[in-house]
Amino acid sequence: MPADQQTDAPAKARAVAALADVPREPGAKKPDPILVVDKVVRRFGGLTAVNVGHVEIQRGAITALIGPNGAGKTTFFNLLTGFDKPDEGNWAFNGQPLQGVAAHKVARRGMVRTFQLTKSLNRLSVIDNMRLGATGQRGENFWRALIPGLWKKQEQDVTERADELLARFKLDAKREDFAGSLSGGQRKLLEMARALMVNPEMVMLDEPMAGVNPALTQSLLGHVKGLRELGMTVLFVEHDMDMVRDISDWVIVMGQGEVIAEGTPDEVMADQRVIDAYLGAHHDGAADPDADPAADTAGPAAPAAPAAGEPAGPTAGATAPKPAKEDGQ
Amino acid sequence: MNWDVIFSVSLESLIGLSTIVYALAAIGLNVHFGYTGLLNFGQSAFLGVAAYGMAITVTTFGQPFWLGILVGLGGVVVLALLLGIPTLRLRADYLAIVTIAAAEIVRLLFRSVTLSEWTGGSDGLQQFSQSFYDMNPYSSPIETTLISFSTRELWVLTVGWVLVAIALLIVWLLMRSPWGRVIKAIREDEDAVRSLGKNVFSYKIQALILGGVLGSLGGFVFALGLAAIQPDTYGTEFTFYMYTIVILGGAARVFGPVVGSMIFWFLLTFINALLPSLISVGAIPSSIMTTNQAGAVGYILVGIGLMLLLIFRPQGIFGDKKEVMLDAR
Repeated sequence: MPADQQTDAPAKARAVAALADVPREPGAKKPDPILVVDKVVRRFGGLTAVNVGHVEIQRGAITALIGPNGAGKTTFFNLLTGFDKPDEGNWAFNGQPLQGVAAHKVARRGMVRTFQLTKSLNRLSVIDNMRLGATGQRGENFWRALIPGLWKKQEQDVTERADELLARFKLDAKREDFAGSLSGGQRKLLEMARALMVNPEMVMLDEPMAGVNPALTQSLLGHVKGLRELGMTVLFVEHDMDMVRDISDWVIVMGQGEVIAEGTPDEVMADQRVIDAYLGAHHDGAADPDADPAADTAGPAAPAAPAAGEPAGPTAGATAPKPAKEDGQ
Repeated sequence: MNWDVIFSVSLESLIGLSTIVYALAAIGLNVHFGYTGLLNFGQSAFLGVAAYGMAITVTTFGQPFWLGILVGLGGVVVLALLLGIPTLRLRADYLAIVTIAAAEIVRLLFRSVTLSEWTGGSDGLQQFSQSFYDMNPYSSPIETTLISFSTRELWVLTVGWVLVAIALLIVWLLMRSPWGRVIKAIREDEDAVRSLGKNVFSYKIQALILGGVLGSLGGFVFALGLAAIQPDTYGTEFTFYMYTIVILGGAARVFGPVVGSMIFWFLLTFINALLPSLISVGAIPSSIMTTNQAGAVGYILVGIGLMLLLIFRPQGIFGDKKEVMLDAR
């Protein structure tokens, strides 16, 4: 699936071209932002989990949000999608302010998320999981639900669309099974397919590849790229740097709740600030005191950083051999 | 041994007043617990408020019967809103705590001396059912060798089973509609439902009101069938029997509560009739059990029976074992 991206992927080419002239710095202005975030702060007691000054997400591109564990990526996701409320700050989706908007209304406006821990609705069938995603269903009103004639036709249309998506995600054989009987990877696929039932403009994927076996990973990657070709904007959190490199047009790096770097995948992975954030500022034992602001913030929390060394992606991924494997496929 | 008496009371209990009352209450509770996943431990309060709303209107204030029914239903809706608005935004267990406390508050209010001018205190209220029995179309009782019902009983049973049928029809229609799909999805994972653009809070309130209103029908039938109400009927054990019945029949199954109620009351009546007569003919020596103890032993035996059933058939009578096992994950 990923092999023919260059030829059949006009959206990728467009996204790459649009982002070519964007300055490589935190909070860089994008030519056509779908989401603009300003000064969003979330504190848990004395801990400032998220403190994002300014971030813009380019429309029609795949943007990766990376950073060590505890960098505030998921909290940032929760804030943007209305699942958590920030202490201060504002953000706009398609030019409309989103702060204080309830989670379900955020979804209705076209920004739909998935979860790090997959939330399949276990005791519902796969097809019912899908049908649930459709918006504006007449039969979801209490009184109209009592009269099947009012919603049967719409239900057929919804089911048809659900079946098409299931076929695209190769889950059609599981149509009548309980979602709880699917494997972990299949649930990830189901969750993504279900999110598409909402007809979103922007899809927010929280660690879409976590716990998915390598064979299914390729298929998931293909689907994420497919979203961009369908005109959707994708923002995703991921730890696996090979995947970030493979599919993202732009990478935003968070550390200690702040955005510390932005750029294309290769540039970001070579960035000293990013390496510092993952491995601790003094990993080479010789960081100069007047380095850069990120090194200062990384300093006090140095004990936390080694835990973040686990997804040792940025340095490992930055070396040449691994990407070659994927180009070959 | 009066086998014919034992069998006739058991058969009568199969379709009797208690079976109807508990079936209606459990149908409502099934909407809360079985379908929506709301841990309502105060279902008895919904029945109590309905019964008292009717009785106070008719007996204390001398208003018409139908107005009493409306007041009862209105009281149930108000109670659902009072319980739901503060707690349904919180985690599921908060509702359990609040509802069990609210049910006790309601019961203690009904029996308080201060309010006895209106509620009759611990004696309760009588003489509110005349209009109901005036509508009785039956002129002759049923008297066969197996069962016998007076005309009053026949009228209560007729109305009761019609109400059961209506309640089942409503639940059946709703739970196969998109509305029911949202409700069941909320039981599985409400954040997932929120992320798909559904107003979870509103659906939970709707489910709480629906289950309360369906259960309150049992409160009306109970009060009218006995032609009297007493506050201590509406204690917590009332709710626990309802839970037993819901689980016995199979949670989230349309006919579960009705069949559960029939089995529960048949067994209880049968054993409570069997034991005393076994003692009186000397089959059980009084050194083991006296007639005074037979009632308590009856409950013990029914309890053991239910435990065995749930060990060997955890999904209840109608449940799907595969579905219940998914829950264990």
